[in-house]
Amino acid sequence: MAESARRDAFFAGVRSVLPITLGVIPFGVIAGVAAIEAGLATGQAIALSPMVFAGAAQLATVDLMARDAAPVIIVLTALVINARFAMYSASLAPWLRGIGPASKALAAYLLTDQAFAVSIVHFDRTRDSLAVRTAYYFGAAATLWVVWQVTSVIGVLIGSGVPPEWSLDFAIPLVFMALLFPAIRDPGTRLAAATAGIAAVALVGLPLNLGLLAASALGIAAGTIVEATT
Amino acid sequence: MTTLSPPLVWLLIGVIGIGTWVLRISFLALLGRVDQVPPTVARILRFIPAAVLAALVLPALTHATGEFDLTTDRFAAGLVAGLVAWRTRNVLATIAVGMGCLWLLQAV
Repeated sequence: MAESARRDAFFAGVRSVLPITLGVIPFGVIAGVAAIEAGLATGQAIALSPMVFAGAAQLATVDLMARDAAPVIIVLTALVINARFAMYSASLAPWLRGIGPASKALAAYLLTDQAFAVSIVHFDRTRDSLAVRTAYYFGAAATLWVVWQVTSVIGVLIGSGVPPEWSLDFAIPLVFMALLFPAIRDPGTRLAAATAGIAAVALVGLPLNLGLLAASALGIAAGTIVEATT
Repeated sequence: MTTLSPPLVWLLIGVIGIGTWVLRISFLALLGRVDQVPPTVARILRFIPAAVLAALVLPALTHATGEFDLTTDRFAAGLVAGLVAWRTRNVLATIAVGMGCLWLLQAV
């Protein structure tokens, strides 16, 4: 009984993210192609997806590597982009309280924007037991993991085969753009985005490719200050 | 193409991977000791996606040639794609329209 409930929940999780994977497929392929175009070796380009497993950070990382940015800047930029996972981690923690350390380590490894969004909505609506919740989460999160790994390897294999006149590197800002608008949810986030965007354009010439980090900090500061005063 | 040495690239991939996992497990591991994100931290985290993504997007459009230039094919294609992203919030549609526009502009 409990076993079949867990299995059902796992596959419910799988089904819940299937429509979302449509958007993940091109993103994964582009991440693979971008890693090769940035000059990473095939093994490095393939390893990036299982080791980092975060699309926006992977794209920003290989973009900065291609521009020979300072190593510290590359790491900081990737981690700032991924700092949102700490937020998701905090929101999920009460729902996954009580799972074992190994499950927790694996749940954390598989945490993504999409797995978080789908799970948190589901948990709030269903009020299932911990075992059933965990199974649902792993169904959703593991599906996204598999799709991401497969599509990014496909991208790596296509990689150098893409003629430069196709300008496929332009897909990188397009992906970021598609992620940007859902992140703008209220006046505060709108101001943060506008400030960071304009500052990034103004700071393009900063040494070590510091512009992205500095502009992001300005945008976050603008949003925080305005929110505090209104 | 990167000129960073292969061992350095491996090191960066490893550090970013571990750092990302630490961010992911942070509050899952802390639960019991810290039940809530400190409000100040939560306020800052809330603005990160919008700020970072905007800072990634805009220079890629305004500095497509390396110099500030608003007359490039990429800037024009980016504007149209931005409109699609804003209205549809669809990754696939944004990429399709943006790439389609760019190819069209490059062909004429």
